[in-house]
Formats: sequence, structure tokens, C-alpha cells
Amino acid sequence: MNLKKLPTLLAAVVALGAIALPAHAGKTVDAIKARGQVLCGVHTGLAGFSAADSNGKWTGIDVDICRAVAAATLGDGEKVKYVPLVAQSRFAALQSGEIDVLSRNTTFTLTRDASMGLSQTAVVYYDGQGFMVPVKNKIKSAKQLKGQTVCVQSGTTTEKNLTDFSKANGLNIKPVVFEKLDAVEGAYFSGRCVAYTTDASGLASVRNKSAKNPADHLILPELISKEPLGPMVRRGDDEWAAIVKWTVYGLLEAEEYGITAANVDDLKANSKDPVVGRILGSTEDTGKLLGLEKDWLARAVKTTGNYGEIFERNVGPKSALQLPRGLNNLWNKGGIQYAPPIR
Amino acid sequence: MSEPRSAPPKKHWSWRSQAFRALVYQVLAVAVIALTALYLAHNTATNMAARGIQSGWDFLGGSAGFDIGESIIAFDSSEPYWRAFLVGMSNTLRVAVLGIVLTTILGTLIGVGRFSRNALVRGLCICYVEFFRNMPVLLQLLMWYLLFTEVLPVSTEAWQLGPFFLSKGGLNFPIPVWATGQVMAAWGLVVGLVLAWFYRGHAQRRFEATGQARSTVLAPLALALACSVLGWALGGAPTALDRPVQGEFAIENGGALTPEFMALLLGLTVYTAAFVAEVVRGGIQSVALGQSEAASALGLNRAQTMRLVMLPQALRVIIPPMTNQFLNLTKNSSLAVAIGYPDVVSIANTAINQTGRSVECIAIIMLVYLSTSLFTSVLMNWYNARAAITER
Repeated sequence: MNLKKLPTLLAAVVALGAIALPAHAGKTVDAIKARGQVLCGVHTGLAGFSAADSNGKWTGIDVDICRAVAAATLGDGEKVKYVPLVAQSRFAALQSGEIDVLSRNTTFTLTRDASMGLSQTAVVYYDGQGFMVPVKNKIKSAKQLKGQTVCVQSGTTTEKNLTDFSKANGLNIKPVVFEKLDAVEGAYFSGRCVAYTTDASGLASVRNKSAKNPADHLILPELISKEPLGPMVRRGDDEWAAIVKWTVYGLLEAEEYGITAANVDDLKANSKDPVVGRILGSTEDTGKLLGLEKDWLARAVKTTGNYGEIFERNVGPKSALQLPRGLNNLWNKGGIQYAPPIR
Repeated sequence: MSEPRSAPPKKHWSWRSQAFRALVYQVLAVAVIALTALYLAHNTATNMAARGIQSGWDFLGGSAGFDIGESIIAFDSSEPYWRAFLVGMSNTLRVAVLGIVLTTILGTLIGVGRFSRNALVRGLCICYVEFFRNMPVLLQLLMWYLLFTEVLPVSTEAWQLGPFFLSKGGLNFPIPVWATGQVMAAWGLVVGLVLAWFYRGHAQRRFEATGQARSTVLAPLALALACSVLGWALGGAPTALDRPVQGEFAIENGGALTPEFMALLLGLTVYTAAFVAEVVRGGIQSVALGQSEAASALGLNRAQTMRLVMLPQALRVIIPPMTNQFLNLTKNSSLAVAIGYPDVVSIANTAINQTGRSVECIAIIMLVYLSTSLFTSVLMNWYNARAAITER
């Protein structure tokens, strides 16, 4: 944030001072229903997670979570207003009520959960911080970066992870901190820094989008941190937090029970499986408990597909990013994505 | 608020007294402002507490946990946040102070250059001013930074000139290894400066008494330098240098200026110098033409006329707007974050993200710029008062 950006933050701060307190919890859902739109904070442009194309159409994992939540809440996945946010202003935007949900590859941490008026929901993507280096430098391990400059974007957990890693290994790495993603990319690709560090998925996205020849850049094997990424909501509105959380769990459950965008209508009408019936709201009404329609999850799956479909479409091996499913596979397929039961 | 002080004001505690009414209005105005501020602060605190956003200054004592790329004071990531802010502030001041000095020199040269008899010099100065003051400063910073990071070779193929290396990694240069000789040289310089000061006073008095003009610039300068060299020689004349060497991926050892710092300093200096040039030009033009004609009639050459007659009189007009330019330069240095220089705003950015204390960190940024600006103003006002016409 430079001083030009201060007005935004100041406005958020003043807004905190000026707005009256909500009378009761659950106000967010009421406001969304009255407005007919979910206000979703997303990244300004990170291919595979949230990026707008030339027609202004948003795509990505984070964007699909917004669409699924909107489909569950309002019955229509298109009823989302995307608010692109830079790293520094994302929390202020959520705290001050500018957005309803922050779905912007944001790491869950203790500080954020306990002290910033935020509430973490469910993990959408298990990530870790990595390093990208030019192949021609012949660096094979992050431990070879002793005394080197590394480009970092400010306003993220990466600066601290980098320092921890540098200290633990006695590397004395010099960070060069930029505010904007474009600036970090520019500095790294021009050769200002020996390496570029951020979440491994982010590195893959940047390499794919901005490198002249993606094969000239290597993402080092070491991951130096745990980065569980997922949507956050404002603290103190448990009803809304539950809706966002269970939408993510629901997408995982849908994958586990083989419900896809293509077969969801058929299964809803004909499936004899009691679990599928419960998930899709054809037998039990789980929606009522969340303050939603009976077929809330069926509509979400119909809009975006299940979790596996979302992953494949945006970042999976067949997409441009070609990220392996890895940790993000279901628990019964070698990953750690384990959703509590919809029951 | 202020009434004519022709008659001593009488004290009436009634609405019919203008002084009493003025006092009441002032008290009311101050009370309204104070209450509004108090209300906003209280409301913010209440709302933040209700939303579970923690606040307070305790975080300043906690370990920062992040590294800072460059600093003039040593910093380690385990040191507390207030030290990190101190480093950020020192980085801001480093670029601001150097920028102010360089911008004053460059701006004055260009401003004076616009009065040159040489049409080429005049034209170049006009072009400079019009080009640089009409482009947004952020764009200029990015332009310089791009020049440094795109045009220069990578560190492994740095341009080398003697012991100097220039590359994307910045400018690397040899620095003397600090030893007794350097300490003695520094003390020699201090002694030399004191001697030079006395010599100047002496020369001035002699000039006023006898009319014999003696150099008041070169001789004192030579005196100061000579003392410094003497100190260095007494300290054993050490010549050991810490030279930069080509490392595996980058230049190692020696002193270094990062491209971020150089781009920021250059961008701010070049931009602000265009404004300073105009201020200087306006100041010189404000001095009546008769003054320079009179100086020529006395036999002063053009350089002497400028230095002894024109500039001292122009200073009275130049100093107040110059203060504005210095303040602008300092505040514009906050754009550093766009090109990755760790100034106080950049550090605050990181701190906000690590701790979530936005209100506190923004208050710190405001305080830093406010106090820096006020300090600059006070200094410049003092200088202005000194340069002003002493009325007798």
C-alpha cells in the first residue's frame, strides 16, 4: 500500500467507526437475500484461482466457491458481485462489510482467526510455500540461496515464512518486497531476484501466465510452509459462516458420493441411496437447518460441479496450470480432503 | 478573533463584549472538534471490539519475525516491531535527506541555467523542466526502476569498471575496511572543519576591515581536507579495501546500492528538481534588473553577480516555496513501495498483515510523515527568518 492507497484503507477504518452494530447474528444472509447478490472478495488476477477474462467473466477455484455459495443461498450461481482485492485491503474489506465472503487464496492462521475479526471456514486448497528459480542458474535446492535476493509480494504470510526458513538454515536471504503482483513478477522475470517465493500453486500460475517460456523456470521441490487456503467470513455471524463452510464440505461430499454437475438432476430424482438423498435434499431437508432451500447443495453442484470437477477444470493436470491433485485428493484416495458428513 | 489593539481591551463578562463573545466561540469550536474526535475514536474502538478485532500498541514490543532487505541500522528478524518501524523510518529519511540535498543542487543549477546567455543551455533547461514536471512521479519511478532492472546485465555478467560493478543487483563498490586510520581521518575532518570555521570568520573580518578579499570557500575546504588526510596518515595510512567480488549468482562483499534505492532517489530528485528550478527562476526574476546592472557597474563578473548579489536577494522569495518542494519530496517517497524499497509504509504494510493492527500502523505512518514534515518546516522557517531582510 502506498499513500495513494491510504484513502481506501482509511475509508474502511472510518466505516468501522461509523456503521451501527448489527442487531442480531445472521444479518449477512438477510442482507444477501434482500440485495439478491453475494459480494465476494477475490484476487485481482491469479490464473486458476480467480481471474477475469477479456469479457469480464471470472473463473477459478476461488470464483467457483463464490458461485457455489451464491447457488446455495440464492439459487443462482451468477448472482455474485466480484470485488477484486489486493492482499493488504482484503481483511479491511471483509471487516467493514464491503464484502460478504473473502474467497481469495487466503491462508488460515491463528492470528487471523483469533485477533482480526475474521472467521475461517473450510479449507479449499492445501498449499505450501515454494521457490521458483530460472533453470539456467542450476539451483536445485532452496538451501543454495545463501545471501541471495528473493522477490516477495507484501501483505501475505510469505514474508514471515521466508524469514523463518532463512533463519533456520542460516541463509541470510535478502527479501525485496513489492506491493503488486505485477511488480514482483516483473522484477523476478527481469532477473532482479535470484528466486521468487509464494504459494506453490501461485508460482505455477505465474509461471504459466507470465513466463516467456514456462520451461525456463523451475519450481524447487521444497515446500517451506503449510498454507491451508479457504474462504473467510466476518466473525460473529455464525449462520453465514455455517453456510459457507457447509457449501465447501458439500462439494467434497458430492465428489465422494459421485454426484457431478451432469448427473445431479438424475440422482436427485431417482437415487435410492439414502446418503445421496440427504445430500441432494430429496429425502431429508438439511437446507432448513441452515436457513436455505431444501435443494441448496444440489443447486451448488449443478452450478459448479463437485470439488473434483472444480479442481480439474481450473488447476488440475489437464488445465493450463497442471497442478497434481496431491494433498487435495479425497481422504479415501490418498489426499487429506475430509469433509464432515452432511447429516 | 483578534480585534484592533488600539485601546487596551476591557474585560466584560457579558455578550456585549466582543472579546468575551470571541472567547466563547473559540471554546465552543474546540469543544465540538474534540467531542467529534472522541466520538469517532470511541465508536471505532467499540465497533472493533464488537467485531472481535483486537487493538492496542502491545504488538510493537513483540518480535517482528520478518527480514528487511536493506537498512542503514542493523536489523534482525527476532527484534521487536518498533525496531522494524525505526528501520523503515531510517530508510525513508535516508532517501528524503539525500533527495533534498541533490534536488536543491540540481534544481538550482537548472533554474540558474535558464538565465544563461547560451541558447542551447537555456533550451535544455526549459526542456528538462517541461518534460519532468509534467509526468506523474509514480510513472517516473517505474521508468527508472525498469531501466535499472531491464537494461542492466544480470549479476553474473555485471559491467565492471575498476572495482565498481553495475548490474541488475545494483551498484557495488569497494568500501574502506574500518581501522584506526579511518577513525583518525574522521577526527581530523572534525578538527579541520572547526579550524575552517574560524578561518572564515577571520577572513570575513579582514575583508570588512581592509577590503582585501580572501577565498572563503576553497581555502577552508582545503584546510578541512588537509586535516583529514593528516589524521589518516597519523593513523598509519591504511589502504585496505573491502572489494566487491563476483560470486556464483551475485556480486558479493563491498558496499552496495540496490536498484530500488537508486531508482527511488533518482526519480524523486529528477522530478522535484524541475519544480525547484522553477522556484529558483521565479526568485531570481523577482530581483530588480537594476541590481544586476549595478553589480556589473561595480565590476563584478556574471558568476559573482549571481552569487553575491542576485541569489542572496532571491533567497527571500525562494525559501518558502522551497519548503513545499522538500515536503513533497519526503511524502512522495512513500511511493517507494511500488518499486520494492523498504520504506516506513512498506514496513507498516507488512506489519498490518502480520498483526492485523491497521488503525495503529496507519497512525504510525501518519505520525512519521507529520513529524518529519513539521521538523522540515521548523528548520526552513528558521532559515527563512535568517535570510529575511533585517529591517532597521
